[in-house]
Order: sequence, then C-alpha cells, then structure tokens
Amino acid sequence: MLPEDGPPVADDGSPVQAEGVADDGQLVEEAVGRAFRDEWGQVVATLIRVTGDWDLAEECAQDAFATALERWPRDGIPSRPGAWLTTTARNRAIDRLRREAVGAAKLREVAAMADDAVPDALEDQEDVPDDRLRLMFTCCHPALALEARVALTLRTLAGLSTAEIARAFLVTEQTMQKRIGRAKQKIKNAAIPYRVPPAQLLPERTPAVLAVLYLLFNEGYSATTGADLVRRSLSAEAIRLARVLAHLMPDEPEVSGLLALMLLHDARSAGRQGDDGQLIPLEEQDRSRWDAGKIAEGTDVLEAALRRREPGPYQIQAAIAACHATAQDAGDTDWPQIAGLYAELIRFMPTPVVKLNQAVAIGLAEGPAAGLLLVDELVASGTLTDYHLLPATRADLLRRAGRLDEAAAAYREALGRASTDAERAFLRQRIEETCPPASGPFVGEVTDDGKDAEDDRDQAADR
Amino acid sequence: MKYLLMICGDESAAEHANDGCGGWSEEMEQRGVVRGGAGLAPATDATTVRVRDQELLLTDGPFAETKEVVGGFVLIECADLDEAIEIAAKHPAAGYGTIEIRPVLDGPPPDAH
Repeated sequence: MLPEDGPPVADDGSPVQAEGVADDGQLVEEAVGRAFRDEWGQVVATLIRVTGDWDLAEECAQDAFATALERWPRDGIPSRPGAWLTTTARNRAIDRLRREAVGAAKLREVAAMADDAVPDALEDQEDVPDDRLRLMFTCCHPALALEARVALTLRTLAGLSTAEIARAFLVTEQTMQKRIGRAKQKIKNAAIPYRVPPAQLLPERTPAVLAVLYLLFNEGYSATTGADLVRRSLSAEAIRLARVLAHLMPDEPEVSGLLALMLLHDARSAGRQGDDGQLIPLEEQDRSRWDAGKIAEGTDVLEAALRRREPGPYQIQAAIAACHATAQDAGDTDWPQIAGLYAELIRFMPTPVVKLNQAVAIGLAEGPAAGLLLVDELVASGTLTDYHLLPATRADLLRRAGRLDEAAAAYREALGRASTDAERAFLRQRIEETCPPASGPFVGEVTDDGKDAEDDRDQAADR
Repeated sequence: MKYLLMICGDESAAEHANDGCGGWSEEMEQRGVVRGGAGLAPATDATTVRVRDQELLLTDGPFAETKEVVGGFVLIECADLDEAIEIAAKHPAAGYGTIEIRPVLDGPPPDAH
C-alpha cells in the first residue's frame, strides 16, 4: 500500500535515493527549477491519465513542486526527480479525492497506479507513445480552437504560466485564463478522448500538433520572459516530441521537415548568445560553436523528407535554415537562394512575419533599397505594430543604406517594443554604433556601412 | 456519452428533404448508436422562446440570425467525441449543410436548483 503522506518510494519500494543533503538553498531552487522545466509536462500528463481530471492534475503537480521546495533542502535532491514528483503528485491526488469523497472505485484506480507506471523521463522511450504525446494530441484536438490548443499545450505540457502565455499572444491574463478554462471544460463535457489517435486519423490531426510543437520550440529558443532568454529544455522537449512524431508518422514529410527545422535552428544556439547573454547576430557568430552533429542530422532528415516531393512550409523553412547552417561563413551565404525559398514559403504562409523575412533576404541579395521597399510596404499596411523586429529590420536596412539618422530613430522605436533584456542590449549597442559621435567625421561611417552591407543581416531572418 | 447531432442547412437544403439518408440510418441503427431523432418542419414554422427580466419574449423564426438552421436532429450514444465526429461526418447532410454536435448533459442541468 502507498503511504498517505509518507516519502515517495522508488520502483523497488525503497526510499528514493538522495544525492546528498543540499545545504545550499540556491542549489535546491535550481534543481527544482530544472525539474519543473524537464518534468512538469510528464507529471501533468501522467496525472491526467490516472485521474481523468485536468484541473486536479495541474493542481497536484503544482503541489508536488511546492513540496519539493520544502523537502529537498532537508532530504536532498532525489536521484530521479521526475519519479519523485509524479509519486508525490499522485499521493496528493489520492488525498484530494479521499477528502472530496470520490467513489471508492476511482480511488482504487488511482492508488493502483504502481510506481513502475511512473515514467522515468531521463530514459529515452521513443518507441512508446508516452503520456506527453497523448496529452499533446488531446490538447491539439481539432474540436478545440487553434488558439486554445496552443495555450493549453503551453500551460499543461510546457508548464508556462497563464501570464507568460498571455504575454506571448498579446492578450490579457484574464482572457487567457478564460481561454484555457473553456478548452478544459470542452474536453471534459464533450468527451474528447485522452489518447494518441488511431492511424487513420493521424494525417488530419498532425498539422495542429506540428504548429504547437514549433511554437513550443520557439518558446524555448527565444523565451518571452526577461533575462531568461533560452529556456533550453523547451526546445529539447519540442525536438524530443518531434522525434517521436516522426517515428510514428514516417510517411509525413512535414513532420520530418519540422524536426529538421528545429535541429538546424538548435544547432546554432550555442553561437547565438555571448557570455553575458547578449544576442549575437548570425553574421558575427563563431560558427565553430555550432553543433555539427545536429546540422548533419538536420540536413539528412530534411533531404529524406524532400525526396518525397511533397513540399510544405516546414520543409521550406528547414531548407532556409540549412542554407545558413551549411554556409562556410556569413559571406558564403546564398542569399538569392534564400530569397527564392521565402517566395516559395509565402505561397504556403502569406503572413507579415514571412514577408518581413523575405525583405531581409532580398535586402541582402539585391541591396538595402530593394529590402526597404518591402519593409515600407509592411509598415504602411499597419500590421506587426507590436513587433520589435519590424522597426529593427527597417533600422538595419537604413543603416546599410547610409541613412544613419533615420536608422537610429528606427532602432529607438524597436527598443521601445523589445521584450527581453538581450534584445534590448543588442538594440542599445546598435544605437550606439549608428549614432555618429558629435564631433567625429560622418562620411567614414557611410563608407564602412556600404562595405559591410553584403554580409550583414538582421536577426529577423534567424527566426 | 450522448450527443445530439443537429442537422443544419440553408434554404437550398430543403431540396434534399426527401433524399433519405443513403443507408446511414440503417448502418447506425445496426451499430446501435441511434437513440432517437427526426426531421423538422421548415424554419419558417419555428418559434424562439426567451425570457428576459421575467418577461416572455417570443420570436417568429429560428433562434439565430444566420442562414443555416436546424433541419433535423439525431440523438446518438457512442464512446467519445471522435466517434461522434466520425458518425456525423458520414451523414449525407454533412456534404451540403453542417452538423453541429452537442454533448447531452447527464441528469438534471447543474443550475437546476
């Protein structure tokens, strides 16, 4: 029998091994933070399967993390934090159900969840569609609105707070809370099944999952919260789930395309940030810091997908990423090819952000004037008004065209809209570089910028 | 789980009124998922009931100012929403109109008392 409120036990019934009592409170906080990023989705997904109650699952997962903060300083950090957290959350669920006098049958069902059913997130179980995949397909069910699917996945699977999700989607926290609440209600009331869909339904259910995975990856790749720029585990999580999906759906080239895209972006992440956390533009990155293994894997996965001759937005974006990842240096980048790929991408995704990226590519393939023409069209259309990369891209093109005063003004506009410290630091540096010293010569600046124009690019194309 | 399939269509759907269901009814009866249902008289014969501030408000016509109206309904009982979607998608009206799937509440509504 399981102890009602005792310490968690491992598979063999012995107490979970502690790595040693941590006397450093900060160390424990870091461990809990890491466990939160790595294990939250798994804990919630397993609890939903076992209890069938989404709110209860989330609340008990939250309690488990709070308990970890309380106990790990005293008892040490468990060797398998995921198993410890899942067991603690499960025990909490039993308490709650008991207090709420839920039927005995339900209680037995939850209690009967043996500890060996607590998955070890450290193990790579790619052959088994795990609870997270089940949760992913349920969160991405087409009977839910797209915005609700994304929000629900980020909340339940990635553990982002409602406030963070609200910020990412430019709505109020209250609106986001309602959106997530309604989605959970519908799953319950309309009996949306908690499962990976049967094979014949997978092709129609997959695109929604891909969209959400890519958002999840991007959340990890460029975090929405202040100084915490790279929440690496979210990107790793998205890649892991994409691998499972690619394994489940080998005949879906877009799944492979997404996997390739994420690998190729992720491969460059070590070169993306300086030691102080500042963003380094692609052309200034130390390419020896890029992960050659991931680049090779990404291009292999992409080539296999492209051989099926069913192009799609993820495969095209991966092809663009491959152009960057395989260029010897910034000057070697095939910008005309990239501009052509963006033109192809617009056929699938005629969005302002894609058009902005096309403008960057054309600016580098044909010169800043051609790029500015497209950016000014976007500005005139009144879209992307909250997006700092619109003025930042415009600023970059103006700078390279030698229109420094206008460039500095556009960088300042971008600074006002940037949402992370790293982005702000990058923009401040650009402003400093762009503003000519009051007494210094002005002409030299123009010449330098003209010279650098060919291998310069904005970070917008890095998205 | 019980679901109400509301068979909806615009005016042009009326010409399908006597088409039958192309074997759908027989198949679903055989599967044992049908709990009841019927076709309905045209929306022009409908009356909408609302009570606002304890005042009874009747409207001649369908409940919503949309072109599509409910033309029939089927009550089904099946495992989950995926099966309900599969059943609804097989109905011929899904090809020219729309079918709204509404979960049927078990027991008295939550705000009954």
